[in-house]
Amino acid sequence: MTTTEERATEERPIGFGRMQRKEDPRFIRGKGRYLDDITLPGMLHGAILRSPVAHARVVSIDTTAAVAHPGVQAVITGKDLEPLNLAWAPTLSADVQAVLATDKVRFQGQEVAFVVADDRYAARDALELIDVEYDILRPVVDARRALEPDAPVIRDDLEGRTDNHIFDWEAGDKAATDAVFARDDIVVVSQDIVYPRVHPAPMETCGAIADYEPIDGKLTLYETTQAPHAHRTLYAIVAGIPEHKIRVISPDIGGGFGNKVGIYPGYVCAVVGSIVTGRPVKWVEDRSENLMSTSFARDYLMRGEVAATRDGKILAVRTHVLADHGAFNATAQPTKYPAGFFHIFTGSYDLEAAHCSVTGVYTNKAPGGVAYACSFRVTEAVYLVERMVDVLADELSIDPVELRLRNFIRPEQFPYQNKTGWEYDSGEYETAMRLAMDMAGYDELRREQAEKRERGELMGIGVAFFTETVGAGPRKHMDIVGLGMADGAELRVHPTGKAVVRISVQSQGQGHETTFAQIVAEEIGIPPEDIDVVHGDTDQTPFGLGTYGSRSTPVSGAAVALVTRKVRDKARLIAAVMLEARPEDLEWEKGRWFVKGDPAQSKTIAEIALAAHGTLDLPEGVDGNLDAEVTYDPPNLTFPFGAYICVVDIDPGTGVVKVCRFVAVDDCGTRINPMIIEGQVHGGLTDGVGMALMEIIAFDPEGNCLGGSFMDYLIPTAMEVPDWETGHTVTPSPHHPIGAKGIGESATVGSPPAIVNAIVDALEPYGLRHMDMPCTPARVWAAMEGRPEPPV
Amino acid sequence: MQVTMTVNGAEVSHDIEPRVLLVHFIRDVLALTGTHWGCDTSNCGLCVVLLDGEPVKSCTMLAMMADGHDVRTVEGLARDGTLDPLQQGFMEEHGLQCGFCTPGMLMTSRALLDSNPNPSEQEIREAISGQICRCTGYATIVRSVQWAAAHPAEPDSADSDQPVTDSEVSA
Repeated sequence: MTTTEERATEERPIGFGRMQRKEDPRFIRGKGRYLDDITLPGMLHGAILRSPVAHARVVSIDTTAAVAHPGVQAVITGKDLEPLNLAWAPTLSADVQAVLATDKVRFQGQEVAFVVADDRYAARDALELIDVEYDILRPVVDARRALEPDAPVIRDDLEGRTDNHIFDWEAGDKAATDAVFARDDIVVVSQDIVYPRVHPAPMETCGAIADYEPIDGKLTLYETTQAPHAHRTLYAIVAGIPEHKIRVISPDIGGGFGNKVGIYPGYVCAVVGSIVTGRPVKWVEDRSENLMSTSFARDYLMRGEVAATRDGKILAVRTHVLADHGAFNATAQPTKYPAGFFHIFTGSYDLEAAHCSVTGVYTNKAPGGVAYACSFRVTEAVYLVERMVDVLADELSIDPVELRLRNFIRPEQFPYQNKTGWEYDSGEYETAMRLAMDMAGYDELRREQAEKRERGELMGIGVAFFTETVGAGPRKHMDIVGLGMADGAELRVHPTGKAVVRISVQSQGQGHETTFAQIVAEEIGIPPEDIDVVHGDTDQTPFGLGTYGSRSTPVSGAAVALVTRKVRDKARLIAAVMLEARPEDLEWEKGRWFVKGDPAQSKTIAEIALAAHGTLDLPEGVDGNLDAEVTYDPPNLTFPFGAYICVVDIDPGTGVVKVCRFVAVDDCGTRINPMIIEGQVHGGLTDGVGMALMEIIAFDPEGNCLGGSFMDYLIPTAMEVPDWETGHTVTPSPHHPIGAKGIGESATVGSPPAIVNAIVDALEPYGLRHMDMPCTPARVWAAMEGRPEPPV
Repeated sequence: MQVTMTVNGAEVSHDIEPRVLLVHFIRDVLALTGTHWGCDTSNCGLCVVLLDGEPVKSCTMLAMMADGHDVRTVEGLARDGTLDPLQQGFMEEHGLQCGFCTPGMLMTSRALLDSNPNPSEQEIREAISGQICRCTGYATIVRSVQWAAAHPAEPDSADSDQPVTDSEVSA
């Protein structure tokens, strides 16, 4: 069941199976081409002056000394951008964000001025010479106080704005849910749960190189972006540059995790810098800039409630969320859903009713919120429901696995309509749960735990079961700033039978050059090594919305499968001419069309490709190539799921949590490359350890960011994580062309509740029912002392 | 100031500002962009190179401090077109995803295997504990190093596997 077994049988597949990655040979030689590796002739370097305070009026900015500094080519402030109508730019959530501050600064680290200089040292030197006078204002740091009547109004740039309220949003049936909760024959548990602000912190920070060519008016923009096509359209709209004159190139990306979806002020500044100087301008943020100013994740303050019968049948879940969006509403999610897909908080359970309400507020913190492999807030939803189920298990004194088994949506209920509007496509939840229990030796673990407790040792076993919703669209329901969430693919089979497939999504390490070649290979029989995958360049690829929300395989993967089938169908028409047979008399076998009943009469794809480009008299309506193009509009999302079991030991003397074992059973439907899938799971599990044990972007009462470097924002190393134990089941998606569901974010979604459930379980002797992340030694110690305080 | 050092076996000499960091010297002056930068605070280890065979974080050293020393970067890992077993191991065991931490991981692991050809899992984890990877969860990196330990490049090794050449891997 593990990938080790698969390895023996699937070494060099023509199609699905374990194979080494096609992109690796350049990376292991140090020959990747990341943004900061690119040097253009005459290129200048940009640096950003940032606000040292969280909330202040900008009284004056004096750039005289900076402009005079040797090597400085330009200093740009918000006042310079105003005439260009670029001082503010639209966000992905119908708000605006300051590119360079003009009136106020609204979070520590906000962009104030941009220096362009001959080299990165001179640019940094000049920042020190800019004199900004600030009139300090009281900041709003605690989201709970953002709506108080005397709270300072952060967004007084917005006309008529008198408070810090952004939106109210709800899903589910409030009346029906309240009716369940009003019953007197049930058990109700409730719990305040914080999902703290964290940061994706990809190892490569964000950056851009803008190269504006004044003669033909063409802007070539190299960017660390997960969504090059959406960026191109947005630049056309924002900067007024005709879209055909913009080329966005996303080179090799050193990790994204949702951090590289939005357009950051630094990118816009690089564009302006290039237009102003007439030379290419590179801007790359440093680590503190990345942590303090680019898209954070989570920051949800949740109140969860569960209603259940006394014998453990969960009837209803309801929740209210206070969502801290920071100083500008710049979350990236489908327009209709300001809380992303949080309304999947009904989890993997068959409920009678459910309701959530979410209130979004401004605070004096960096903008963002939808990032860090969150599948558009599924992380928060799964964490809430999986913590709440454990709270209920504690209340009812039922084993948490048993409680889940009693409430799972059963296989025959799929497609399952949940109470907040989702249609779950397929699932075999109990099978996955029982496999995880077998792999972990669940009953034996409980016996071991009982023995350890006798000896005063703190061992915890945590269980989580998640259902994800990934692969957005459908486009009629889902768009980002009006762009429908669909993806294009284009396949060309060259005359010699080699191929190129061009896709609209962009890898940040997921291995698209391999996975997408394998999809083509599976569908048409050309070996993956003979298929070039082109991505990350808007001049070379069809339009599409990009890679985030685990949507590459569910959407672009489907597009690639369908475009390959289209080519296969065309090949059939050509093969029929070649074989002097009717197309309907031909049968497909991977790699060739043959005459039914006479398999020796066949034409391979390579033979057909040569004929298509050659002199063969082609049938009516068939043009002389073996190419096709599609745009895939998903009919529904896909719903990957998984069962996770975590074992922790806690040192009663120090509060240090050690994750001893982690068993992860994932079901992502059809598996394309098990090695890559396992890698995606491993990475997400490590994210989970980070969030559960150490990661938090906190602020002091003045709004100073307390997680602005890797000295303060801690990320797991090899010492904090165990050797992962992975397994899988396969429940294909019925509506996806190849049955694949996506795997990129499952483990990040599913692991935090498993770890926290294990910690709370370990601390049961202390009477603990809940503690919030991050479970640092100090916070665990406080919980053991009876002070399980929230982190914010 | 003039700085002179040996980089990947060749002597280089350049006139630089005294404050230039070794990582910037390697990347910007020598145009060896395989060595990456990631944090400013010596936490992430993307910038690890070997200085006289020992792993150092090149973002926390001035280029001048390497004057007269021997520097080896990821570009110098393959010898005469033959991949280092670690490079092969990382491909075999999926020890990389985005590839950004990979050069640093490779160089640290090279130093480990040079001093300890058969490290335990715990020794590998300790060796790379000054480095961060956001993609792999480290288990496959550990396996990659173990693969390399089991397939040493020395011709007299117990394992008779032929070293993989550059051209074979690229094919």
